[in-house]
Amino acid sequence: MNGAHTIVKTLIKEGVTVTFGFPGGSVIPLFDAYLDYKGKLKNILVRHEQGAAHAAEGYARASGKPGVCISTSGPGATNLVTGIMDAYMDSTPIIALGGQVPTSLIGNDAFQESDMMGITLPITKHNFQVRTPNQMASTIMKSFKIASEGRPGPVYVDLPKDTQVGEVTEPIPEEVSIAGFQPTLTPNPLQVKKAAEAIVNSKKPLLLVGQGVIISGASKELHELVEIAQIPVTTTYMAKGAFDEYHDLSLGSIGMHGRKIANYATIHSDLLISLGCRFSDRITGNLKTYAENAKVIHADVDPAEIGKNVKVDIPIVGDAKNIISALVAELKNLLLKSKISKGLEKQEAFQNKPKPKEQWVKKIKEFKASCDKCVKVPKTARMHPRDVMYALNGILKPEDIVVTGVGQHQMFAGHFLKMRKPRTFITSGGAGTMGYGFPAAIGAKVAKPDSNVFLIDGDGSFQMTLQELATVKEAGIKVIILIMNNSWLGMVRQWLELFFDKRYSEVHLGDVPDFVKIAEAYNLKGIKVKKKEDLDKAIKQAISNKETTIVDILIDKESNILPMLPPGGHIKDAFGGCMAGQGKFFEGDL
Amino acid sequence: MGKERKHVIAMLVEDQPGVLTRIAGMFARRGFNIETITVGKTTKKGVSKMVITAVGDDSTLEQMEKQVNKLIDTIKVIEMPEDSSVIRELCLIKVAIPNKKAKEDILRYTKIYKTKIVDITQKSVTAELIGEPAKVDAFIDLMKQFGIKEIARTGVTAISRG
Repeated sequence: MNGAHTIVKTLIKEGVTVTFGFPGGSVIPLFDAYLDYKGKLKNILVRHEQGAAHAAEGYARASGKPGVCISTSGPGATNLVTGIMDAYMDSTPIIALGGQVPTSLIGNDAFQESDMMGITLPITKHNFQVRTPNQMASTIMKSFKIASEGRPGPVYVDLPKDTQVGEVTEPIPEEVSIAGFQPTLTPNPLQVKKAAEAIVNSKKPLLLVGQGVIISGASKELHELVEIAQIPVTTTYMAKGAFDEYHDLSLGSIGMHGRKIANYATIHSDLLISLGCRFSDRITGNLKTYAENAKVIHADVDPAEIGKNVKVDIPIVGDAKNIISALVAELKNLLLKSKISKGLEKQEAFQNKPKPKEQWVKKIKEFKASCDKCVKVPKTARMHPRDVMYALNGILKPEDIVVTGVGQHQMFAGHFLKMRKPRTFITSGGAGTMGYGFPAAIGAKVAKPDSNVFLIDGDGSFQMTLQELATVKEAGIKVIILIMNNSWLGMVRQWLELFFDKRYSEVHLGDVPDFVKIAEAYNLKGIKVKKKEDLDKAIKQAISNKETTIVDILIDKESNILPMLPPGGHIKDAFGGCMAGQGKFFEGDL
Repeated sequence: MGKERKHVIAMLVEDQPGVLTRIAGMFARRGFNIETITVGKTTKKGVSKMVITAVGDDSTLEQMEKQVNKLIDTIKVIEMPEDSSVIRELCLIKVAIPNKKAKEDILRYTKIYKTKIVDITQKSVTAELIGEPAKVDAFIDLMKQFGIKEIARTGVTAISRG
């Protein structure tokens, strides 16, 4: 058996059924081996390697299993780089397999040689170069272990052509171990106890949930924690869906374009409980003033995240699911103890007075209710982006998946859409990769063929990777593409409007191509929507179509996504958006 | 920002190609300053010991340690506090001999500093000094008056006491 067959066998052993890749000289042996494993492993042939990497990401984010992408050496492998970097920023487990020139030519500037080990070094969790065919299986197994355990991330594997062709004499090992890789998954009970006590003693607790909760599959545990402790919950965009956004304690998403109530709650909270969130600058604004009235509990599986940005009072290292379960157990224990020590009579007396925590929760619920009622949409000549989100909220089923590109449309989706379940909102967070959406949606659909997969994209973002229309046509993958078409690079235009006196430079896309015709050119379906009244029908038509459909939605050209926290600013400086009673709500003694 | 000080960090790493690049690259990317770096084999096959000195406040040091620990090829990271570690550096220093009086002074000083003379010509003397970085600095400072022709320092290595 040669190295290439070993790769395929090892992938199958790791539970891989599909990869996303594009061939080339250095991976001819690998794709040759695919022909011998039909029915067990298939490759989706993308039209650009960047698409392969993002599709692998979308697959991983929707399924929770590592995604695999494949490219040839040199330019093929460098085309993977954006996707690898994106996966690194968003802790997405992908295995990127790159062909390489034969070991005898490495370092000679051979045809299509590039130093992928050097290039991917700062943007991978780890990378490997296979030097002999016998290293093949163990290297790939190590890659899966590293990519998926602890804090997930991308692993790049360099595959010199001779290691694919050469004979493998050793069997595929049962398992592999890595001396320097032993993530801490079980939290320190003492830290959990401290955290539980802080929760019991707090008056204005707030849960800040990050993607770690989704990665560890802890949504059920999180809901249990919220039920027991009655703490309002906000999520990052990356964690959207980790907590049911229709729950009355959900404040929606936080951050630069998040819900004001969520952002403001961090100013007033006296205990911020962060679970699997890394406090990015898009969440915190100015670090000096961030959550300045709060004690901070920071739970993360990556110890390096704790204390990196925000000063932490109670650090907990471990897997989110383990931490939340332990917290729930500890809280139950504490509540039971307090009931016993107070005695029944005292407890009744105590219950008659409103507890401070209940006041906080009551006010938050009241305000939230007034926010939910307010669905006013600014009057604009063409459809407002919010209309699209409200329409979609009416259509989305709990298991439907929304994938976004990057830009204003993404922020509208993050702010206004309401998701119920984890792994249903897939977006490029840390990297903000334009062009991410479409290929990621392809990966998500391949992972969850029974769910509707919606791509919300901008006309600018979509044009970066629209060549994958050929992929969905050929592979029979159905993605419902909603293009928020305003002929601008809307997010940058918004910044120029707000911070650069409307000096619009290089942001107008002018005569944007007719996306309906583009769909037709690929033998797919396209619907143009000009009026709000036609939106619902068009989306439903796209859902019932068998193939990928582009719904080209002409939205208002110069609507801004508001509210907005000025970058690096204080959260209270957030401007715009619905203000319904917001100022008053947070005034006075809570 | 807390008070900046010099830290000595020792680590056990996998003896594999590219390990030095990974560690040095991470330090550069995250904006940590490396003052010295040394690496050598250990008694365990496949494991090297690397010692880095870097300057930063306590929270920077904490980040450095955590980020180094995160690298897959890093097996163990330990900070080496001055009071409980033996910290040493080797320095070769070539000093000019401007006149006879100077030669006598140089030889006297090298004796006081317990250095070893490894080469001597009519015009220059080369001494080998092993000690803590502060001692090496002091000796270099002392030699400046005669004219230093060249120096070579290895950087710091360290081992814990007891």
